Amino acid sequence: MEAVAKSDFLAKGEAQAKPLVLWRPAAKAGILSWLTTVDHKRIGFLYGISGLFFLIVGGIEALLIRIQLAVPNNTFLTSAQYSEMFTMHGTTMIFLVVMPIGAAFFNFVMPLQIGARDVAFPRLNAFSYWTFLVGAIIVNLGWFMPDGVPNAGWVGYAPLTTRTFSPSHAIDMWVMGLQLLGVASIAAALNFIVTIINLRAPGMTMMRLPVFTWMTLFTSFLIILSFPAITIALVEIMMDRLFGTNFFEVSNGGMPILWQHLFWIFGHPEVYILILPAMGIISEILPTFSRKPLFGYPIVVFSGASIGLLGFGVWSHHMFTSGLGTVANAAFALMTMAIAVPTGVKIFNWIGTLWGGHLSMRTPMMFALGFLWMFMIGGFSGVMHAAAPADSQQHGSYFVVAHFHYVLIGGSLFALLAGIHYWFPLMFGRKVSETWGKVSFWLVFVGFNATFFPMHFLGLEGMPRRTFTYDGNMGWNLGNLISSVGAFVLAIGIGVYLVTMVYTYYRGERTGTDPWDARTLEWSLPNPVPEYNFRVIPTIHARDGWWYEKRHREEVAREAEDHARSEEAHGGIHMPFQSVYPFLAGVGILVGAIGTAVVDPADHALYPGFWGPKIAVTLAGGAIMFVSIVLWSLEGCEGTHIHLNEDGTVKDGGPHAGHPSAH
Amino acid sequence: MSSDAATATIDHHFDPTTSTGIPNKKILMWAFLASDCMFFGCLISTHLIYRLHPPPGTPPARQVFSIELTSFSTFILLMSSLMMALAVNAIQKGNLKSMRWSLLTTIFFGCIFLGCQVYEFRNFVYEKHLTITNSILGTTFFTLTGTHGLHVLVGVIWLSGMLLYSFTGRLTEKEAIDVESMGLYWHFVDIVWIVIFTAVYLLEYI
Repeated sequence: MEAVAKSDFLAKGEAQAKPLVLWRPAAKAGILSWLTTVDHKRIGFLYGISGLFFLIVGGIEALLIRIQLAVPNNTFLTSAQYSEMFTMHGTTMIFLVVMPIGAAFFNFVMPLQIGARDVAFPRLNAFSYWTFLVGAIIVNLGWFMPDGVPNAGWVGYAPLTTRTFSPSHAIDMWVMGLQLLGVASIAAALNFIVTIINLRAPGMTMMRLPVFTWMTLFTSFLIILSFPAITIALVEIMMDRLFGTNFFEVSNGGMPILWQHLFWIFGHPEVYILILPAMGIISEILPTFSRKPLFGYPIVVFSGASIGLLGFGVWSHHMFTSGLGTVANAAFALMTMAIAVPTGVKIFNWIGTLWGGHLSMRTPMMFALGFLWMFMIGGFSGVMHAAAPADSQQHGSYFVVAHFHYVLIGGSLFALLAGIHYWFPLMFGRKVSETWGKVSFWLVFVGFNATFFPMHFLGLEGMPRRTFTYDGNMGWNLGNLISSVGAFVLAIGIGVYLVTMVYTYYRGERTGTDPWDARTLEWSLPNPVPEYNFRVIPTIHARDGWWYEKRHREEVAREAEDHARSEEAHGGIHMPFQSVYPFLAGVGILVGAIGTAVVDPADHALYPGFWGPKIAVTLAGGAIMFVSIVLWSLEGCEGTHIHLNEDGTVKDGGPHAGHPSAH
Repeated sequence: MSSDAATATIDHHFDPTTSTGIPNKKILMWAFLASDCMFFGCLISTHLIYRLHPPPGTPPARQVFSIELTSFSTFILLMSSLMMALAVNAIQKGNLKSMRWSLLTTIFFGCIFLGCQVYEFRNFVYEKHLTITNSILGTTFFTLTGTHGLHVLVGVIWLSGMLLYSFTGRLTEKEAIDVESMGLYWHFVDIVWIVIFTAVYLLEYI
């Protein structure tokens, strides 16, 4: 923690605190407390809520697609509207649903799992969230504008996205929004990397880290190394669109294939950015509900690392039909098949965990088992794609759509839904009813399979992706109808799931500490988790730290008292100050991004020369951001100290123990 | 370090409050630089790929470049790294005065580099008729070197901010890590320039 690193100087720091800032927010409740929060739990909650909101948005887009495709020659959507729907559906689900819900768990759970009181850079963490939100707003701005929403597919292939073929601002918004989502992800990932490497509690060696924390680390490395590729691709397309450069301008020597390479150098690691957190969640849930430690922990960890590493060497399997040549195709096919090995190893380890365990079929476990099965089906069709000759038949067909929905819904989303159930008691102190949890599981499970299993056959029968309608004599009618009905069952399942969550938040059965009798450190905390997380920073003695602690109560209690005394002697529990500047920087970015992406370029008759509304708005946003960042660095990161009573409440009317949902 | 560390010697290579002993800000900067490597890697690859496929009518790069000027500005930028290293060394010893002079020289050298780049860009556009829009060489050259120039500019602003901050009395030996991580960034920008100088300029003279 930047703050903890300073704690030894604090006595001096507090004495000389002549603040360079004019205003330090201290609100603990109300809207201001949320805008200025640096608490990783609150930020995780914000990510989660945003992700679930966009799950509904992306889900509605999916339903519109399925209504259009339910019967042949349908006219429910025009082809232009259909393009907007599948573009926004893909962009939303990947960048605004799976990634932020994953980030919600990174934020909320990971620091608790390693025994930390916050992430390493709490204000940077808040900045990541606000930048994410700005990116989400910019991508979705088209709904409220005459230009409409982006419509060039979530992969945004050049030259379709150049000004010649897509003259409206919709693509500018897509480019700018994705750029900001990249900035947000990289900033957050840097923070998680430092946190996991440097803020582990004493005794929490790397090979004792919970697997979810390991997967957070790998995902973060994938983010910081793969997002730059799409950032540069987006910079190039933006330069082409705004300044008339030639990156993708064929008549001047540009090569559109470059976009595909840069996009997929990002795009394939992105697939693992979406699935590794899910694998981490599953690796926490299966042992807990099998009453066994995770089978082959080191192998699971190293498999995660190999998946991440190999993930950088397989991008061209998305481009088998673009004419790379046989050598390149063969090499990428081999690498792609190789990635099935560590993935398979993980599956076997999960099965090994279940084997001989005392399985307890609670709702999180149901979703986790659903993940295991559905993700395997997605994996099998993935290996089929790895064979380049077979892929040239399947490319651009519904078979591919079936494949990636099995890994992204059956894989990522099932695990995220499992994770929400699993950690809900920790976040809110209430437990979801088993009946409604299982009802939602079965609806989601049946609806999901009914929607996407027929797509395998549709694809093999030749139905192409991204086509807004089809003739009645192609033999695709039944499959599409089943799929559309399934989509509504899936939607009802998600609806039941979300309503159950909201109900549980207000009225659910209250739970005590550690309701699942779990193994990892976050469950040692009371719920709702106090603002300072750990009354005493724990000492870790074994891989399943909390499991060990539960069986060595006296020893651990003695140790904790010693630590508490020494921490009290060093000034008490250190908490970071709240700060408004990350939010203000986000406001600046919003203004600047609107200037770059939405405002029309200067009309040269009205605004001769350099200055015009576009430049002015962009620079105004940049200035707000710059001033915020300067004030951010001037306000410093000293933080404050709090002292606790015996019962864990804060003394002296200081910051009270809140939790992310308290207000 | 104990709370009376103000009088004791500070070990700038070990932070006892972290798990690894490495200061958080240092790991943050290294991880960011790893990410930045990928940014520049993609831009440099773009340039190198397009360099192999010049459309007809592209001016030969050797007729455009002025290797003498660029060699000079490269040398100046490398020397700025030396001054940056001296600045970090000075603050780690608590020698504020020496740090200020070293920082000022670093900023000065950085500005010379930026000035050379502005001159070079103007020269290319107005004398050699290479613009960002009229050829693929111009597109990749100005985007790549411009992105690097932007990095230098950010570095100069950061250095200047730190120099001003040092007059508030808040920058002491204990905050040496702030100068050090800034130095890591500055050295990285210099190293990237060595790669760009080789891949964009020198390659044309082989």
